[in-house]
Amino acid sequence: MNSRVWTVRRRSRAGAVAGLVVRRVVLAVPVLLLVSLAVFLLAAASPFDPIHQYYGVRIFDASAADVASVREQLDLDRPVLARFWDWLSGILSGDLGMSRSMRAPVADVLARRLPWTLLLACCGLALAVVFSLVIGTVAAWRQGGWTDRLITAVGHALEGIPPFVVALLAIALFSLGLGWLPVAGLTDAGSSLGPAQVIEHLVLPAAVLGISQSPWLVLHVRQSLLTAFTEDHVTGARARGVRERVVVARHALPTALLPFVTLIGARIPELVTGAVLVEEVFSWPGVASAVVTAARAADYPLLAILTLLATAAVLLGSLLADVAAVLLDPRVSADG
Amino acid sequence: MLNRRTLISSSLAAFAVAGTACAAPERSGGDPRTMLLADGYEPSSLNPLLGYARAGAAKFYDGLLAFDGNGRLHPALAEEQPTPTDGARTWTVRLRRDVRFHDGGPFRARDVVATYRAAVDPAYAATISSGLSMLEEVEAVDEHTVRFRLNIPYAPWPARMVMGILPASALAEAVPQGESPINTQPVGTGPYRLAEWRRGERMVWRAHENYWGGTPRISEITVVFATDDNTRAQRVQAGEFDGTVLPPLLAERVGSGSYRTVHHDTADYRAITLPADQPVTGDPAVRMALNLAANRSEMVDSLLGGHGEPAYTPIPESMGRFHEPEAKLEFDQRRARQLLDEAGWRAGSDGIRTKEGTRASFTVMYFADDTLRKKFAQAFASDAGKVGVRVELAGVDRSEAAERIGTDAIVLGGGSPLDPDLQMYSGLHSSMIGTGTYRNPAKYRNERVDSALDAGRRTVEPAERARHYKAAQRAYVADPGLVYLAFIQHSYVVRTGMWDGYEPVVEPHTHGTTWGPWWNVEKWTPKE
Repeated sequence: MNSRVWTVRRRSRAGAVAGLVVRRVVLAVPVLLLVSLAVFLLAAASPFDPIHQYYGVRIFDASAADVASVREQLDLDRPVLARFWDWLSGILSGDLGMSRSMRAPVADVLARRLPWTLLLACCGLALAVVFSLVIGTVAAWRQGGWTDRLITAVGHALEGIPPFVVALLAIALFSLGLGWLPVAGLTDAGSSLGPAQVIEHLVLPAAVLGISQSPWLVLHVRQSLLTAFTEDHVTGARARGVRERVVVARHALPTALLPFVTLIGARIPELVTGAVLVEEVFSWPGVASAVVTAARAADYPLLAILTLLATAAVLLGSLLADVAAVLLDPRVSADG
Repeated sequence: MLNRRTLISSSLAAFAVAGTACAAPERSGGDPRTMLLADGYEPSSLNPLLGYARAGAAKFYDGLLAFDGNGRLHPALAEEQPTPTDGARTWTVRLRRDVRFHDGGPFRARDVVATYRAAVDPAYAATISSGLSMLEEVEAVDEHTVRFRLNIPYAPWPARMVMGILPASALAEAVPQGESPINTQPVGTGPYRLAEWRRGERMVWRAHENYWGGTPRISEITVVFATDDNTRAQRVQAGEFDGTVLPPLLAERVGSGSYRTVHHDTADYRAITLPADQPVTGDPAVRMALNLAANRSEMVDSLLGGHGEPAYTPIPESMGRFHEPEAKLEFDQRRARQLLDEAGWRAGSDGIRTKEGTRASFTVMYFADDTLRKKFAQAFASDAGKVGVRVELAGVDRSEAAERIGTDAIVLGGGSPLDPDLQMYSGLHSSMIGTGTYRNPAKYRNERVDSALDAGRRTVEPAERARHYKAAQRAYVADPGLVYLAFIQHSYVVRTGMWDGYEPVVEPHTHGTTWGPWWNVEKWTPKE
């Protein structure tokens, strides 16, 4: 009998999750459309004139007549909505267009750069999660002790420090001071691309990205563990004389984990902006550092795709967090 | 968008101190057949038609002529010096026969024709077309001879022949060059070919085995891109690179031990424009007074650490025979005040002069992301203030500068030592007014300057040409329309003891790893 109830409940859970996914995906389409339209409108309104990017320093001796003719050749005077439409219909037919700032097809730019960003972001996120679970648990466990006070203080301080400062500090300490890790790049300047090289070069940027994302997570884990400690089932377990380690790991932590999963989803936007800065400082050849270049060049096709990817990452992050919440906790109902 | 450069520079300045404490270790696996450089600037395209290495030293390409480091041009893809006929309207060039492109194809006249035609054909949207406006037609006389026909007699034409030549096959289709594969996969005849380019990170050049000048002895050069000056300095100090480009003071701090610092003379000037049709900057007395008031040697000392030369005209001393040493404007603030007094500019209670209700005040713009130009603007404003002229400063981006340049002054920079015509004509000739944003931006008009510059264009004989340009400089300083402040030296650090072949060079505005000590790296040899 018990098992039948479980099956039914699980099936309804699965249904709820499927419904959630479908609703979110349907909702994502207009969101992505609006975001990309906004990118085109903003780029059109920005003070950066794409003709300056096309010319570079050559603009200094270019004649007005030649600049006008190039402008025409490049279709730069087309209204922004027409260009948006061109771009959109291109996307739908699988053509992502040409990136002016990278002077290469957008598809090529993405194929070359996206994997490096994904590698960096995933490692950074994984590191942040593991790190904050461990440190947050230690802090809560030793609540009020010097370990806890130190962790809380450093956590609050780190919240206010932008990732690029952490990056520069890390370079100063681990690369220049101790000489343990390379300063920047994907490989040593003269070496060819290989797993060992990439891993060595990944350590510092991924650690910086992870650490700079972790203070919120650490403090959150600590706080929700402390709350969990006061809940009945935990105090009960303690009263029964269950060993402290077991109380924390088996009774308190699971309760605290749920909001943590949601928080990770909510941190995705910060992860994206963090990646931009970290990639810049570490000369990491990913897409995030291309955002800056594309924005300054009013490079519509590249900028729009990158913004779409970032938006999609955020939507996906919150969706995954919600799905996890529904699956983990029977008390959470799927939205709708 | 936040200004990353400033942000990073300012915070790294603090760490730079930590960096100097490290000793420079020996280069690991020091194979002198390879070289590792760091550059602060990454090109967005490697296409000569979009301006890549337009001043020569293009590494992937050769021009018909090449720069010899001392203001003279010598044959490269041309077999001999080109011969002008028809009063410098027709130029015939015989081409080398033993040249191959990186893809193995032979170099022929049709490649030169295709490259120059594409450069001026609007369908290719080349950004260098304006510099070739005098080109009427280029044709292949035979397989190894080309003939350029110009629409004006133009003696400086050889300076337009350093442009890299592309294979005709790469230009078969008339498309805007922004979309050309050449931008990222260059095919030229040059001493190096591109082996790898990881955007935003590094580029690897490999020796071209079939190079007509002999296979370069340094078989592989890796150029790592690191925008921030302090980062590059630290990484050089850590022994990571064989050389890099740095601001002068930083270069001197790093260039010790196994590195040395080199400073190269340039034709790269910084100047303040004085718009001619504005009530204050258009007054000849104000223009002369500001020129006398600017303490150029002080600027060279304090802003450039002494690594530059005061400038009075656009022709630097390093351009040798074209430089007129007498075209000078001595620093004399007393004389400047006197001039202003005589012209009726009377000092008010706040120290600022006024004349018939007009305050002696104007705005100088500078590109907000260029700290050196900002410093020049500040120094100029302070000197102007000392003679009673108020200068407001405005940091602007390039689009805004283009809109305001007709009415406001701006810190101008640029230069090429290839020919005095490139330095003076589009900046000072009155026919250039209104033809382009940065063409004679101060709207300077002076008949004597005009006629000397025109004569310089028409004259082929070198000594006579030099006379015209000297006359142009003298006429200009008698009636200055800008305040030329300084020629800035470019500074580099290079590893010592591994290679022979370094030769100093007078540089254009462009600098970085294609220029600098490495402008002739294809001729360097590993030390025994």
